[in-house]
Amino acid sequence: MRFQRLLQMRRLATTAPLLRPPTQTKTTVRTMAGSGAPMPELTQITDNVQRGNYAALSDKDVTHFEKLLGKNHVLTEDLEGYNICFLKRIRGNSKLVLKPGNTEEVAAILRHCNERKLAVVPQGGNTGLVGGSVPICDEIVLSLQRLNKVLSVDEVTGIAVVESGCILENFDQRARDVGLTVPLDLGAKASCHIGGNVSTNAGGVRVVRYGNLHGSVLGVEAVLANGQVLDLMSNFKKDNTGYHMKHLFIGSEGTLGVITKLSMLCPHSSKAVNVAFIGLNSFDDVLKTFVSAKRNLGEILSSCELIDERALNTALQQFKFLNAPISGFPFYMLIETSGSNGDHDEEKINQFIGDGMERGEIQDGTVTGDPGKVQEIWKIREMVPLGLIEKSFCFKYDISLPLRDFYNIVDVMRERCGSLATIVCGYGHLGDSNLHLNVSCEEFNDEIYKRVEPFVYEYTSKLKGSISAEHGIGFLKKDYLHYSKNVVAIDWMREMKKLLDPNGILNPYKVLN
Amino acid sequence: MARVLVGVKRVIDYAVKVRVKPDKTGVVTQGVKHSMNPFDEIAVEEAVKMKEKKLATEVIAVSVGPAQSAEVIRTAMAMGADRGVHVDVPQAEYELLQPIHISKILAKLALDEKADLVILGKQAIDDDANQTAQMTAAVLDWPQGTFCNKIEKTDAGLTITREIDGGLETIKTKIPAVLSADLRLNTPRYATLPNIMKAKKKPLKKVTAKDLGVDTTPRIEVISVEDPPVRQAGATVADVDALVAKLKEGGHI
Repeated sequence: MRFQRLLQMRRLATTAPLLRPPTQTKTTVRTMAGSGAPMPELTQITDNVQRGNYAALSDKDVTHFEKLLGKNHVLTEDLEGYNICFLKRIRGNSKLVLKPGNTEEVAAILRHCNERKLAVVPQGGNTGLVGGSVPICDEIVLSLQRLNKVLSVDEVTGIAVVESGCILENFDQRARDVGLTVPLDLGAKASCHIGGNVSTNAGGVRVVRYGNLHGSVLGVEAVLANGQVLDLMSNFKKDNTGYHMKHLFIGSEGTLGVITKLSMLCPHSSKAVNVAFIGLNSFDDVLKTFVSAKRNLGEILSSCELIDERALNTALQQFKFLNAPISGFPFYMLIETSGSNGDHDEEKINQFIGDGMERGEIQDGTVTGDPGKVQEIWKIREMVPLGLIEKSFCFKYDISLPLRDFYNIVDVMRERCGSLATIVCGYGHLGDSNLHLNVSCEEFNDEIYKRVEPFVYEYTSKLKGSISAEHGIGFLKKDYLHYSKNVVAIDWMREMKKLLDPNGILNPYKVLN
Repeated sequence: MARVLVGVKRVIDYAVKVRVKPDKTGVVTQGVKHSMNPFDEIAVEEAVKMKEKKLATEVIAVSVGPAQSAEVIRTAMAMGADRGVHVDVPQAEYELLQPIHISKILAKLALDEKADLVILGKQAIDDDANQTAQMTAAVLDWPQGTFCNKIEKTDAGLTITREIDGGLETIKTKIPAVLSADLRLNTPRYATLPNIMKAKKKPLKKVTAKDLGVDTTPRIEVISVEDPPVRQAGATVADVDALVAKLKEGGHI
């Protein structure tokens, strides 16, 4: 553990030159950049958003909430962190943040807001990438951060019950204490809330093994817009009684209700984890290696990630503490196995790599089962998205594409953008057919914007892909929903929204337009 | 041109949470992931770099410990060491082994193998002793360069930049010498796939402490191994006055 602190010191020492002087208050339009970026202009202005027909917040409302929650849990000052999204692309102008401590308080807040027609944005760890968790105008921020308890973890059944504001990593730690693990892992694990993960049906790097949250979430407790508490908790994998309403709250991004509690089926944590980081010469070899991984690692395969050369190199340039095992290949794959027998798994992964090398599909790489090294290799993958936003403007797309056509769009896009783009790259969850396409340029300009959009959505739509594989729709992609869902489907989504939230107070300006 | 001997210790992986055995005789090692001491990785990297720069002719990795210690020697060989020497010590005896024993073993091997340089990690992350390099130098009566931040070859020997409190110190030393690697000396490479394969065919010699004529009889007895005290939970105070009062009450100011 001590060595980890030393390593951190080394990282700090090497990243020091990257730190920039304190943020200037100069405003720019449409920023999507790293920590040093200036504060963005209000989204209501930049995106020309018409404020909905909601009541204005009054002192009487604030007093009411203070009485309800106690003064400490009603914030009216220093709200910047709640108003700006992780990518610094969206900036709302909320004047009030509420931090309820239990379901009843959430219910009382929503009851009041519904009666008064006050708009509300539920917020978890605020790590979303589509502006779903921040206010667009002056919505009240309903922060779930105090609902942070793991209520129970059952070692026998593997079922954990947790409040929605629990940080994913803390939840996972509690599960690990009894030999289980949360079937969800993503780069933001130290900040994101499990409730936010479920509300957005977050994906991450374990979907290939454990499937998505519709499968692992057994039940939810959600508060509806009118303050009614909908108890859909279940402690069983099997429960075919009536409509499966819990699914309405998984992935609806807080527009239909606020999740306050959930139960999740946690698999046993693996005793042995091995990671291979390999270099390949072509996307064709990537596909062959993927098929071979499915065939030969089958039941122990727990991650299959792709990083292209440009994505990797950008991260390595930005973060000097990263240490890549190999270099000089157009494609890299990170393949992880998790199993119950270290020797067995090691033999399998070595055989898989050996065969791949013999066939000339895998060129070079490394394989390790040392927990420290495994973490270091994952760090490379996790820093890739951050590398791209560190010093430039970045158009980020999260699309599902058929594997045969998976990478073509990167080349096509590179050609379309030409010298307007500094980097066009792709990485992502190959095992789930989920590509993160990134187009970087020095700063946002209309010329490149028009080359990228709506082309990327049209392209995806033509291949029957999804324009948002795991990030959701939020605010940023609602105009493009129709590329992946037809008119009838969208109409019924609207009907559902009207039914559950007739006043439209829950997370307005998101998902549907 | 020199022959380099590198010490590699098998320790509980730094990312694993260390647990004390219920009977308090030591820490739990059964079923726990082990790997090469991170400072030793830095030592191996430095030796391999020397070989790549043709400053060294051969790199020999040595590990002292039970059978599984051979694994870290294989890792060192996958990183580029030419051959390995495993000094086999049974688990029970190994738990009571101290830097004094290790340094005598390393010194003997340095002479037997005709090494010109011994490079060790500055300390192992399990016992944090930070003694082995210094003692090895003493046993051999060779000069020592500890906490190396930079090692440069000169005609007369080596110029070494050392990490010291509050800065760096540069010293010159002759060869043969014993060096210890600090964190910033280099960034160790990963063992790549072809090299992992090659390492399987590199020679690994097994000897015992007895073969080397080193007495490893325990000199200590472990009375009890305890967890560090758990930090007490903090409390929130209402304002500065209350904080000052509390501090006074506790006798801190």
